[in-house]
Amino acid sequence: MLVEKSKFVRIRKYLLLPNERAKNIPLETSKVPMKMWVKGRLNHEGELFEDVEITTVSGRIEKGTLKEVEPKYKHSYGDYVEELQRMREIILSEMWGEE
Amino acid sequence: MGYNVDDLNKRRNEIIKKSVGIDYSDFENEGIGFDYTKMMESSGFTLDNIFDLQKESMVGDTPLVELKNLTNYARKYSKKGYGAKILLKDEAANLSGSFKARRAAVSIHKAKELGYKGVVAATSGNYGAAIAALAAKAGLKCIILQECFDSNNVAQPEILEKARACEAYGAEVMQLSVGPELFYTFMSVLEETGYFNASLYSPYGIMGIETLGYEIVNQVRNKYNKDPEVVICTNAGGGNLTGTARGIKKAGALGTLVYGASVDLTGLHMASDKDFNRKSFTTGHTGFGMPFAINPDRSDVPRSAARPLRYMDKYYTVNQGSVFFITEALAVLEGMERGPAGNTSLAVAFNLAQTLPENQIIVVQESEYTGAGKHHQPQLSFAKKNNIKLIFGNPLEEIPGENIIFPKSAKDIKVKEVSLDKLRKSYLKRFKDNELTHEDKVFLMEELNISLDKLNELIKQ
Repeated sequence: MLVEKSKFVRIRKYLLLPNERAKNIPLETSKVPMKMWVKGRLNHEGELFEDVEITTVSGRIEKGTLKEVEPKYKHSYGDYVEELQRMREIILSEMWGEE
Repeated sequence: MGYNVDDLNKRRNEIIKKSVGIDYSDFENEGIGFDYTKMMESSGFTLDNIFDLQKESMVGDTPLVELKNLTNYARKYSKKGYGAKILLKDEAANLSGSFKARRAAVSIHKAKELGYKGVVAATSGNYGAAIAALAAKAGLKCIILQECFDSNNVAQPEILEKARACEAYGAEVMQLSVGPELFYTFMSVLEETGYFNASLYSPYGIMGIETLGYEIVNQVRNKYNKDPEVVICTNAGGGNLTGTARGIKKAGALGTLVYGASVDLTGLHMASDKDFNRKSFTTGHTGFGMPFAINPDRSDVPRSAARPLRYMDKYYTVNQGSVFFITEALAVLEGMERGPAGNTSLAVAFNLAQTLPENQIIVVQESEYTGAGKHHQPQLSFAKKNNIKLIFGNPLEEIPGENIIFPKSAKDIKVKEVSLDKLRKSYLKRFKDNELTHEDKVFLMEELNISLDKLNELIKQ
């Protein structure tokens, strides 16, 4: 997918490969690369999942793999949690139940 | 790739000095110690200055609320005449929604005064939002670094929400995968940009909270004509407790006890890619609370201004399930949808209030805004997705990373006391090969808040 210049995007960059990581960290952490994600405007036309250059909102230049165009927020209030409803009922019943 | 860890380490002192505007060598003593008082006074701020600059930034002067329903709830499980009043300082009322705005206000003011064009902070939590909001108000650029994703690109919902908040205030957010090398990334950004290091652990970051302790004492005095018996602070890096305790002392409430409270995450490794998403609290837990108490200077400045062992009278832990329970109780009994921060202290306060006479006052010194991602519902939904078992039972049997145990009744919320002497001994361990001078010992007595006899006894052990 071709992405036009100046689009707001999210890129991913590898900061440290496993062999470059700090010493004395847990094995499961040291065997994976250290990655970074940052957003900004594309400095040129680019392809999704290819290497691109962006200017971040603070004005820095960063290079990395183009991961997402016009990135959206995906976090939410989560799924229904039965245990939470049960706690709510316990609290209300302990506090006001006898009245 | 991005940078070389060893090279950055060599330039570490130089980068920090340039980015904080403080030469920490000015405070070093001969031997192991340093002059803490001199460091705190070197900022040039008085408490009045800080009140003024916070007021200008819509920070501080937050309500102190008596939680009457929660107090009555605790009294149901207290013996007659017991059940101290539980008060909550509603820090969600600050700009950006948490007490961290108090710290940010002072750092941003200093950055502006010293002529920096922007600020950088490494934080996954409320401090990022606070720095971003106050930088926006001051016209400074802002970069926030977060430890956010595990190697499967899964993020804590709470941290994603904080990234959104920072971006809403116009900041650049660099999201990183798990690992302590965040610190090196932080240094490389400081070096690249020449921006101010808005460290949580600089004197500015701590002085900003002194107003919180001071306000609590004055508000309690005005309404109840006495000082609070106990103030509980949720403890992670130690700054919250240190600043609050200093403020309480400055208000002259010398009889008020200051307790620390952390969520018990024993067994989870903070630098582990695997453990990262198996916890339901990203701060206020023992994974920060313990190591930062034992070694405050493991922070991003050479000498941390956050030194909790100097000020802590007691230290308690509580399990994740109990904090969720009390978070829910705060919402349905007091109409306050807040947290998770601050509710760790509230869970501890709920239990301790039952052991104190009903005319006493116990203050929970902070709360925070909540919302999508941060709310306890997404946190629990996320825990379930990570195969954490949600159980009702004995909260003291919870195994962090495996299960979350909710109390079946509020009466089952129990706390564990952490031995301060054990922490002090761990603190002293790194000096076991040092020949301690008189000056060293004076430093350690202040550092650990103990007498010379006690110090000698702990060293012997």
